[in-house]
Amino acid sequence: MEEVAFFVGALGTLGGAIAVIALRNPFYSVLALIVHLVSLAGLFLLLHAEFVAAAQVVVYAGAIVVLYVFVAAYVGGVQEPAWEPIPGQQLLAPLLGGALFVELSIAVLGSSLRGLGDEGPEIPFGFGDPAEIGTLLLEKFLIAFEAASMLLLLAAVGAVVLAGRKQEQGYPPAAEES
Amino acid sequence: MAVEWYLVLSALLFAIGAGGVLVRRSPLVILLCLELMLNAGNLALVAFSRMLGDQDGQVFALVVMVVAACEVVIGLGLIVAMYRRRLPLNVDELRGLRG
Repeated sequence: MEEVAFFVGALGTLGGAIAVIALRNPFYSVLALIVHLVSLAGLFLLLHAEFVAAAQVVVYAGAIVVLYVFVAAYVGGVQEPAWEPIPGQQLLAPLLGGALFVELSIAVLGSSLRGLGDEGPEIPFGFGDPAEIGTLLLEKFLIAFEAASMLLLLAAVGAVVLAGRKQEQGYPPAAEES
Repeated sequence: MAVEWYLVLSALLFAIGAGGVLVRRSPLVILLCLELMLNAGNLALVAFSRMLGDQDGQVFALVVMVVAACEVVIGLGLIVAMYRRRLPLNVDELRGLRG
Protein backbone atom coordinates (compact mmCIF):
# COMPACT_ATOMS: atom_id res chain seq x y z
CA MET A 1 0.00 0.00 0.00
CA GLU A 2 2.76 2.40 0.92
CA GLU A 3 4.59 1.54 -2.29
CA VAL A 4 1.51 2.30 -4.37
CA ALA A 5 1.09 5.66 -2.66
CA PHE A 6 4.78 6.43 -3.16
CA PHE A 7 4.72 5.67 -6.86
CA VAL A 8 1.52 7.67 -7.40
CA GLY A 9 3.08 10.62 -5.57
CA ALA A 10 6.38 10.21 -7.44
CA LEU A 11 4.56 10.17 -10.78
CA GLY A 12 2.68 13.32 -9.80
CA THR A 13 5.81 15.19 -8.72
CA LEU A 14 7.80 14.13 -11.78
CA GLY A 15 4.97 14.86 -14.19
CA GLY A 16 4.40 18.24 -12.62
CA ALA A 17 8.10 19.10 -12.73
CA ILE A 18 8.47 18.07 -16.37
CA ALA A 19 5.33 20.00 -17.29
CA VAL A 20 6.72 23.11 -15.56
CA ILE A 21 9.79 23.17 -17.76
CA ALA A 22 8.14 21.84 -20.94
CA LEU A 23 5.03 24.01 -21.26
CA ARG A 24 5.50 27.11 -23.37
CA ASN A 25 2.98 29.32 -21.62
CA PRO A 26 4.16 30.49 -18.15
CA PHE A 27 0.59 30.41 -16.89
CA TYR A 28 0.33 26.68 -17.58
CA SER A 29 3.73 26.18 -15.96
CA VAL A 30 2.37 27.72 -12.78
CA LEU A 31 -0.64 25.40 -12.91
CA ALA A 32 1.69 22.42 -13.37
CA LEU A 33 3.61 23.58 -10.30
CA ILE A 34 0.41 23.13 -8.27
CA VAL A 35 0.22 19.47 -9.33
CA HIS A 36 3.88 19.07 -8.34
CA LEU A 37 3.42 20.72 -4.94
CA VAL A 38 0.30 18.78 -3.98
CA SER A 39 1.91 15.47 -4.93
CA LEU A 40 4.96 16.44 -2.92
CA ALA A 41 2.72 17.15 0.07
CA GLY A 42 1.38 13.61 -0.32
CA LEU A 43 4.93 12.26 -0.18
CA PHE A 44 5.55 14.31 2.97
CA LEU A 45 2.48 12.69 4.53
CA LEU A 46 3.94 9.27 3.70
CA LEU A 47 7.07 10.31 5.58
CA HIS A 48 5.03 11.28 8.67
CA ALA A 49 5.68 14.99 8.23
CA GLU A 50 2.10 16.14 8.66
CA PHE A 51 2.84 19.71 9.59
CA VAL A 52 5.31 20.21 6.75
CA ALA A 53 2.76 18.77 4.32
CA ALA A 54 0.04 21.12 5.57
CA ALA A 55 2.40 24.10 5.39
CA GLN A 56 3.40 23.03 1.89
CA VAL A 57 -0.21 23.07 0.70
CA VAL A 58 -1.21 26.24 2.52
CA VAL A 59 1.92 28.32 1.95
CA TYR A 60 3.06 27.08 -1.45
CA ALA A 61 -0.02 25.87 -3.27
CA GLY A 62 -2.04 28.61 -1.63
CA ALA A 63 -0.10 31.83 -1.23
CA ILE A 64 2.95 31.56 -3.47
CA VAL A 65 1.11 30.09 -6.44
CA VAL A 66 -1.50 32.85 -6.21
CA LEU A 67 1.35 35.36 -6.37
CA TYR A 68 2.75 33.60 -9.44
CA VAL A 69 -0.67 33.53 -11.10
CA PHE A 70 -1.12 37.26 -10.58
CA VAL A 71 2.31 38.09 -11.96
CA ALA A 72 1.89 35.70 -14.91
CA ALA A 73 -1.43 37.33 -15.71
CA TYR A 74 0.03 40.83 -15.29
CA VAL A 75 3.10 40.22 -17.42
CA GLY A 76 1.25 38.12 -19.95
CA GLY A 77 2.53 35.30 -22.11
CA VAL A 78 6.17 35.90 -22.96
CA GLN A 79 7.21 34.40 -26.25
CA GLU A 80 10.62 32.83 -25.97
CA PRO A 81 12.61 33.49 -29.13
CA ALA A 82 14.26 30.65 -30.96
CA TRP A 83 17.57 32.52 -31.06
CA GLU A 84 20.22 30.79 -28.95
CA PRO A 85 23.22 32.73 -27.64
CA ILE A 86 25.09 29.47 -27.08
CA PRO A 87 24.75 27.15 -30.08
CA GLY A 88 23.00 23.93 -29.16
CA GLN A 89 21.82 25.19 -25.79
CA GLN A 90 18.52 23.33 -26.03
CA LEU A 91 20.46 20.10 -26.52
CA LEU A 92 23.28 20.70 -24.09
CA ALA A 93 21.11 21.69 -21.14
CA PRO A 94 19.18 18.39 -20.85
CA LEU A 95 22.49 16.53 -21.21
CA LEU A 96 23.93 18.53 -18.32
CA GLY A 97 20.78 17.88 -16.27
CA GLY A 98 21.07 14.16 -16.96
CA ALA A 99 24.72 14.21 -15.97
CA LEU A 100 23.79 15.97 -12.74
CA PHE A 101 21.18 13.29 -12.01
CA VAL A 102 23.63 10.45 -12.64
CA GLU A 103 26.20 12.12 -10.44
CA LEU A 104 23.74 12.69 -7.59
CA SER A 105 22.49 9.12 -7.87
CA ILE A 106 26.01 7.74 -7.66
CA ALA A 107 26.65 9.93 -4.62
CA VAL A 108 23.42 8.78 -2.96
CA LEU A 109 23.54 5.08 -3.79
CA GLY A 110 27.27 4.71 -3.33
CA SER A 111 27.15 5.78 0.30
CA SER A 112 26.42 3.51 3.21
CA LEU A 113 22.75 4.43 3.35
CA ARG A 114 21.75 0.79 3.58
CA GLY A 115 22.69 0.97 7.21
CA LEU A 116 19.52 2.96 7.80
CA GLY A 117 17.41 -0.04 6.91
CA ASP A 118 14.22 -0.21 4.89
CA GLU A 119 11.60 0.98 7.29
CA GLY A 120 13.45 3.40 9.48
CA PRO A 121 13.16 3.45 13.24
CA GLU A 122 9.95 3.22 15.19
CA ILE A 123 8.72 6.76 15.51
CA PRO A 124 6.98 8.00 18.63
CA PHE A 125 3.35 9.02 18.64
CA GLY A 126 2.94 12.62 17.48
CA PHE A 127 6.00 12.62 15.23
CA GLY A 128 5.84 15.64 12.94
CA ASP A 129 2.61 17.12 14.24
CA PRO A 130 2.31 20.86 14.91
CA ALA A 131 2.86 20.61 18.67
CA GLU A 132 6.20 18.84 18.31
CA ILE A 133 7.42 21.09 15.51
CA GLY A 134 6.31 24.19 17.40
CA THR A 135 8.14 23.10 20.52
CA LEU A 136 11.29 22.51 18.49
CA LEU A 137 10.98 25.86 16.73
CA LEU A 138 10.53 27.83 19.92
CA GLU A 139 13.09 26.00 22.03
CA LYS A 140 15.86 24.41 20.04
CA PHE A 141 15.71 26.57 16.92
CA LEU A 142 14.64 29.90 18.35
CA ILE A 143 17.41 31.83 16.61
CA ALA A 144 16.57 30.32 13.24
CA PHE A 145 12.92 31.12 13.87
CA GLU A 146 13.65 34.77 14.65
CA ALA A 147 16.03 35.05 11.70
CA ALA A 148 13.31 33.64 9.43
CA SER A 149 10.81 36.20 10.67
CA MET A 150 13.34 38.98 10.07
CA LEU A 151 14.02 37.63 6.57
CA LEU A 152 10.30 37.57 5.75
CA LEU A 153 9.92 41.16 6.91
CA LEU A 154 12.88 42.27 4.82
CA ALA A 155 11.54 40.42 1.78
CA ALA A 156 8.13 42.05 2.14
CA VAL A 157 9.65 45.54 2.43
CA GLY A 158 12.03 44.81 -0.45
CA ALA A 159 9.21 43.65 -2.72
CA VAL A 160 7.24 46.81 -2.02
CA VAL A 161 10.31 48.95 -2.75
CA LEU A 162 11.04 47.05 -5.97
CA ALA A 163 7.57 46.76 -7.41
CA GLY A 164 5.79 49.75 -5.91
CA ARG A 165 4.92 52.77 -7.99
CA LYS A 166 7.62 55.37 -7.69
CA GLN A 167 6.20 58.86 -7.62
CA GLU A 168 8.51 60.97 -5.52
CA GLN A 169 11.83 62.15 -6.84
CA GLY A 170 15.07 60.44 -6.00
CA TYR A 171 14.51 57.41 -8.15
CA PRO A 172 15.92 57.14 -11.64
CA PRO A 173 13.16 57.95 -14.12
CA ALA A 174 11.39 54.85 -15.33
CA ALA A 175 9.92 54.40 -18.75
CA GLU A 176 6.70 56.33 -18.54
CA GLU A 177 3.39 54.65 -18.54
CA SER A 178 -0.15 55.66 -17.85
CA MET B 1 10.00 2.23 1.42
CA ALA B 2 13.75 2.50 1.65
CA VAL B 3 15.20 5.96 1.86
CA GLU B 4 17.05 5.49 -1.44
CA TRP B 5 13.80 5.75 -3.37
CA TYR B 6 13.08 9.14 -1.92
CA LEU B 7 16.63 10.33 -2.44
CA VAL B 8 16.74 9.22 -6.08
CA LEU B 9 13.38 10.90 -6.68
CA SER B 10 14.78 14.01 -5.05
CA ALA B 11 17.89 13.89 -7.24
CA LEU B 12 15.70 13.50 -10.33
CA LEU B 13 13.56 16.49 -9.37
CA PHE B 14 16.69 18.55 -8.72
CA ALA B 15 18.13 17.61 -12.11
CA ILE B 16 14.85 18.53 -13.84
CA GLY B 17 14.88 21.90 -12.08
CA ALA B 18 18.51 22.54 -13.01
CA GLY B 19 17.83 21.58 -16.63
CA GLY B 20 14.88 23.95 -16.66
CA VAL B 21 17.01 26.83 -15.39
CA LEU B 22 19.44 26.16 -18.24
CA VAL B 23 16.81 25.76 -20.95
CA ARG B 24 14.18 28.38 -20.27
CA ARG B 25 14.67 32.11 -20.78
CA SER B 26 11.63 33.66 -19.16
CA PRO B 27 12.60 34.82 -15.63
CA LEU B 28 9.20 33.71 -14.35
CA VAL B 29 9.79 30.11 -15.42
CA ILE B 30 13.35 30.23 -14.10
CA LEU B 31 11.93 31.15 -10.69
CA LEU B 32 9.54 28.20 -10.98
CA CYS B 33 12.50 25.92 -11.71
CA LEU B 34 14.31 27.26 -8.64
CA GLU B 35 11.23 26.28 -6.66
CA LEU B 36 11.51 22.77 -8.07
CA MET B 37 15.12 22.54 -6.91
CA LEU B 38 14.33 23.83 -3.41
CA ASN B 39 11.46 21.36 -3.15
CA ALA B 40 13.76 18.53 -4.15
CA GLY B 41 16.04 19.54 -1.29
CA ASN B 42 13.05 19.59 1.05
CA LEU B 43 12.07 16.08 0.03
CA ALA B 44 15.56 14.79 0.86
CA LEU B 45 15.52 16.59 4.21
CA VAL B 46 12.14 15.17 5.21
CA ALA B 47 13.14 11.67 4.05
CA PHE B 48 16.28 11.78 6.20
CA SER B 49 14.24 13.12 9.10
CA ARG B 50 11.92 10.11 8.86
CA MET B 51 14.71 7.59 8.49
CA LEU B 52 16.63 8.95 11.47
CA GLY B 53 13.53 9.35 13.63
CA ASP B 54 14.52 12.95 14.32
CA GLN B 55 12.33 15.96 13.66
CA ASP B 56 15.13 18.49 13.15
CA GLY B 57 15.05 17.83 9.42
CA GLN B 58 11.42 18.88 9.26
CA VAL B 59 12.22 22.18 10.95
CA PHE B 60 15.01 22.62 8.41
CA ALA B 61 12.49 21.98 5.62
CA LEU B 62 10.21 24.65 7.06
CA VAL B 63 13.08 27.16 7.10
CA VAL B 64 13.85 26.27 3.49
CA MET B 65 10.22 27.02 2.65
CA VAL B 66 10.56 30.44 4.30
CA VAL B 67 13.68 31.17 2.25
CA ALA B 68 11.87 30.01 -0.90
CA ALA B 69 8.98 32.34 -0.13
CA CYS B 70 11.37 35.28 0.27
CA GLU B 71 13.12 34.40 -2.98
CA VAL B 72 9.79 34.27 -4.82
CA VAL B 73 8.65 37.60 -3.43
CA ILE B 74 11.87 39.38 -4.40
CA GLY B 75 12.05 37.66 -7.78
CA LEU B 76 8.46 38.52 -8.68
CA GLY B 77 9.04 42.09 -7.50
CA LEU B 78 12.01 42.30 -9.87
CA ILE B 79 9.94 40.89 -12.73
CA VAL B 80 7.18 43.43 -12.14
CA ALA B 81 9.76 46.24 -11.98
CA MET B 82 11.34 45.02 -15.24
CA TYR B 83 7.94 44.90 -16.90
CA ARG B 84 7.12 48.44 -15.75
CA ARG B 85 10.36 49.73 -17.24
CA ARG B 86 9.60 48.03 -20.55
CA LEU B 87 12.68 45.84 -20.28
CA PRO B 88 12.59 42.58 -22.21
CA LEU B 89 11.56 39.65 -20.04
CA ASN B 90 14.30 37.46 -21.39
CA VAL B 91 17.40 36.62 -19.40
CA ASP B 92 19.54 36.47 -22.53
CA GLU B 93 18.85 40.09 -23.34
CA LEU B 94 19.33 41.37 -19.79
CA ARG B 95 23.08 41.34 -19.96
CA GLY B 96 23.88 44.88 -18.88
CA LEU B 97 25.86 43.72 -15.85
CA ARG B 98 27.96 41.25 -17.80
CA GLY B 99 30.18 43.91 -19.27
